[in-house]
Amino acid sequence: MSGVRVLVGTHKGAFILTSDGEREKWDVSGPHFAGWEIYHLKGSPADPNRLYASQTSGWFGQIIQRSSDGGKTWEIPGGETMPTPGNMPTGQSNKFAYDTSDATGKPLTTHQWYDGTQHPWEFKRVWHLEPSLTDPDTVYAGVEDAALFRTTDGGQSWHELAGLRGHGTGPKWQPGAGGLGLHTISLDPSNPQRIFIAISAAGAFRTEDGGKTWRPINQGLRSQYIPDPNAEIGHCVHRMAMHHSRPGVLFMQKHWDVMRSDNAGDLWEEVSGNLPTDFGFVIDVHAHEPETIYVVPIKSDSEHFPLDGQLRVYRSRTGGNEWEPLTKGLPQSNCYVNVLRDAMAIDTLDSCGVYFGTTGGQVYASADAGDNWAPIVRDLPAVLSVEVQTLR
Amino acid sequence: MIQVVLPAHLRTLAQVDGEVEIDVAGQVTLRSILDALEARYPVLRGTIRDHVTQERRPFLRFFACQEDWSHESADAPLPPQVAAGKEPFLIVGAIAGG
Repeated sequence: MSGVRVLVGTHKGAFILTSDGEREKWDVSGPHFAGWEIYHLKGSPADPNRLYASQTSGWFGQIIQRSSDGGKTWEIPGGETMPTPGNMPTGQSNKFAYDTSDATGKPLTTHQWYDGTQHPWEFKRVWHLEPSLTDPDTVYAGVEDAALFRTTDGGQSWHELAGLRGHGTGPKWQPGAGGLGLHTISLDPSNPQRIFIAISAAGAFRTEDGGKTWRPINQGLRSQYIPDPNAEIGHCVHRMAMHHSRPGVLFMQKHWDVMRSDNAGDLWEEVSGNLPTDFGFVIDVHAHEPETIYVVPIKSDSEHFPLDGQLRVYRSRTGGNEWEPLTKGLPQSNCYVNVLRDAMAIDTLDSCGVYFGTTGGQVYASADAGDNWAPIVRDLPAVLSVEVQTLR
Repeated sequence: MIQVVLPAHLRTLAQVDGEVEIDVAGQVTLRSILDALEARYPVLRGTIRDHVTQERRPFLRFFACQEDWSHESADAPLPPQVAAGKEPFLIVGAIAGG
């Protein structure tokens, strides 16, 4: 019996939505971690019952939660209460300490601030968790201020892949309106040494050696809002996506512009085509059709809501340029929600399911690749992230 | 035994109800209380003091005997009533946010 588990991070807790393969009736559990911001939660491809969640708070900082039973129960790795104090160095699962050693890349200590001055790196939160494709205990974490961390012990300890910050362009990175966050981590299923990441507002980067060394991959991006529109660094990439069968083909929703690259990011071309506006946050790829992609156009960078109050997903079956609006079941008047960058996901059932969450607390699902939509839930706190697990 | 009052969310994390009682070796100071608290409840590491800098999180404050100790030296002795377990040491979250 197949089914899906939708993992929803919100402004005030996590929710888990489950259904069978028909995706018509849903069970809702939550809020988990009530009252905390859950930026992201995601399951391990190697063990679907292993989930990781990023729990954050302006008061109490970062917490990493882990589940080994599909979200029924949670634990903080290494967080067990100690019968006697001081036995083991536990309580490190929320320690994201930037690497400052000379031996591992001499990471830079400052980035560009909003006013152009240099500013020290300060850890704020984990934006995105990307479990390894093969090992349930290995997870990558994209954090604010932008850096990439990895755990290999199930989240008990985290270590920075310092070559990213240290490769040379760090002083030119600057925060977007939402902060200097590393939000996209794409693992190449055909090559475990190759990882793509993206940062707002620095751009996209690629490693070919498992994270030791990195290079910017932003050629072809053009951003009118930075001093040099064609600069190597400084582009506000909102999200990248790939299809597992073609890891060299990348799709990108930039601040403005929808882009694609057919050479692993070496060169990008714009594929916004006939979109009514090419501002937006999310982008994703159909599970079985590598040239079918989805975006949710948002009016502009200052008006973070759909054009004309009509919530429309746009689908291209041609890898971009030619887009069709998908509206059946979505509100077509007076809708002024946003869809944040991590809030769209795709299942891999035969009839591909597409999901997205809004800042108005709705999570919409389509069980037919976007032709028809219905809300799973309508009144959650603002949705920050949506992931889906296909259970077989 | 030192009595410590935690904000509600930290009680949830530590899986405790009400006040926490901890043993503190040596002089009772902000630092020794927090060290003992974090050793007993490792989940609290990083939630009260930054993991790296050990600085108090900006939206938390420390009180003892109706006095704000947030800006006192971490090694200053706390009032004898706290050291004797007669008055609690309070960790208070700012009433703010949305």
